[in-house]
Amino acid sequence: MRKRHTPKDRLITVALHVALAAGLFFAAFPIYWMLSSSFKSNTEIFALPPTILPKAFTLEAYAAILGDPVKLRFFFNSYFVAGAVTVLTVLIALLAAYGFSRFNFRGKGSLNTLIISTQTIPPITLLIPFFGLVVSYGIFDTYVALILTYLVFTLPYAILLMTGYLNTLPRDLDEAVAVDGGSSWTALWRVIVPISLPGIVATSVYTFLLCWNEFLFALTLTKSTSMRTVPIGIQLLMGQHAFEWNQMMAMSVLGSLPLLLIYLVAQRYFLAGMTAGSVK
Amino acid sequence: MTRQKRSHHKLKRAVAPYLYLSPSLLIIGLLMLLPMVTVIAYSFQNSAVLRRDPSFAGLKHYQAIFDDPVFWASLWHTLYFTCMSVIFHMTIGMAFALMLNSDRINPTLRNILRVLYILPWLFTAVIIAVIWRLLLEPNGVVNSILLQLGIIGSKVEWFSSPETALHAVTFANIWAGYPLFMVSLLAGLQGIPKDFYEAADIDGAKAYQKLIFITIPQLMPIIISISLLDFIWTMQVFPLIWITTGGGPIYSTEVLSTYTYKLAFSSYNLSQASASAVVILLISLGLTLFYIRYQKAR
Repeated sequence: MRKRHTPKDRLITVALHVALAAGLFFAAFPIYWMLSSSFKSNTEIFALPPTILPKAFTLEAYAAILGDPVKLRFFFNSYFVAGAVTVLTVLIALLAAYGFSRFNFRGKGSLNTLIISTQTIPPITLLIPFFGLVVSYGIFDTYVALILTYLVFTLPYAILLMTGYLNTLPRDLDEAVAVDGGSSWTALWRVIVPISLPGIVATSVYTFLLCWNEFLFALTLTKSTSMRTVPIGIQLLMGQHAFEWNQMMAMSVLGSLPLLLIYLVAQRYFLAGMTAGSVK
Repeated sequence: MTRQKRSHHKLKRAVAPYLYLSPSLLIIGLLMLLPMVTVIAYSFQNSAVLRRDPSFAGLKHYQAIFDDPVFWASLWHTLYFTCMSVIFHMTIGMAFALMLNSDRINPTLRNILRVLYILPWLFTAVIIAVIWRLLLEPNGVVNSILLQLGIIGSKVEWFSSPETALHAVTFANIWAGYPLFMVSLLAGLQGIPKDFYEAADIDGAKAYQKLIFITIPQLMPIIISISLLDFIWTMQVFPLIWITTGGGPIYSTEVLSTYTYKLAFSSYNLSQASASAVVILLISLGLTLFYIRYQKAR
């Protein structure tokens, strides 16, 4: 056991706590500042000396955002696109992962390597051909364009994540179905899917996150205000108004809510999704 | 089972995996591999995308890029931004992971701090950019604190002066990205067998010796693979720079992604932009191959 009473030891413990506090300031102050600024008036944000707590607490910035149908539309678009991509990704990735996890076939190893390597393809490289494709198929500025492009980026990771999960499930279960004369398709839906819920949740969380955060393609492949998503909406807000910082912060808080809620409710799945690529 | 039935079953088993994989392969093939071929083709054409019958341009667009001083500046900024980000992500992530893993803090505090230290990870790049613009405004809170402490003599325009802009965006990115390291290293630390440290204690090892001879070597595989991934991903950063500085002032924060984007969608020189995009692709592919070989070797 470690001895705890020498002065030197006590000094180390105190130093550690000072460092922890400094770390906390570094990590959390920017976010605290966003939150507190969203409850201030635009003039108070730049008051000297800065007010740590809002002196005149006001919800006016939130009212301005939530009362504006244009901005609500940004939120609808983000939820809709992210939701649709999540459903599609999970379905398609589940099938692929089932193939990878339960079958041996020619080309399995190289396909797996292909999928791992597609994760690192720079989005900017695909942007130009996508732009060409989207324009020539007449789907520029539509949900379809966003959903299809997002799918390409969410799918590889989702497949790896789901395959990793399915590999942890015992094979006896689906083999029992085969013995009873059931097809692999039956085994998938009757046996695998019901017990794969944790894997499906982690994959959904990860996919939703990726879509919610996407900026480059939303910026380039949409044009009309009614098709814009939240990240683009925040950028537009920055250009239009003469720097309504409180509204920008309120919109940022609202735009961060889904991820914060997911993190609080499903921390385990969140971390599983975020670190899957690195610690596989 | 009859023989016929059994062979039918075998055939089904052989075809099934391809059927299960087909939707994914179709999407990856049509929307990832085909576009990659397309962008390479564009880079050898005149007026790619814009004209229906583009003529062959040879290496002209690559030549134009390599002759452009802004391209080389962007490459240098990308390297600086990426290397500094990865180094500090690793250092900060490691420091936080080690502090949280110490048995000198009580478990409740540890759990609370772990959640709070992860916070920067939960915010979208655009929101991070907006937060840092507010913090680093000339009249903003950072300047006012630094003035009060006497660290700076007058208000600094962090994002809009060429001397500080690149450092400022790099700092914002460092803040945004360390949690990946922290979370992974924390998981790694918990996986190091306790007896290693007990044996070292018996030998009378000092804390720093345990860090250098046990902890760091044990974490090395994680450190290397996360650094590589972080390097590949940081190289591709776009929104953070686009929103904070837009690559300016006077190209001082131009990176490969903003350089390419502007070529394509501000000057509509899609051929030259494609050439630049191919260069980025090649750098990424090189690093990816390295990463995959490393993963396989493990």
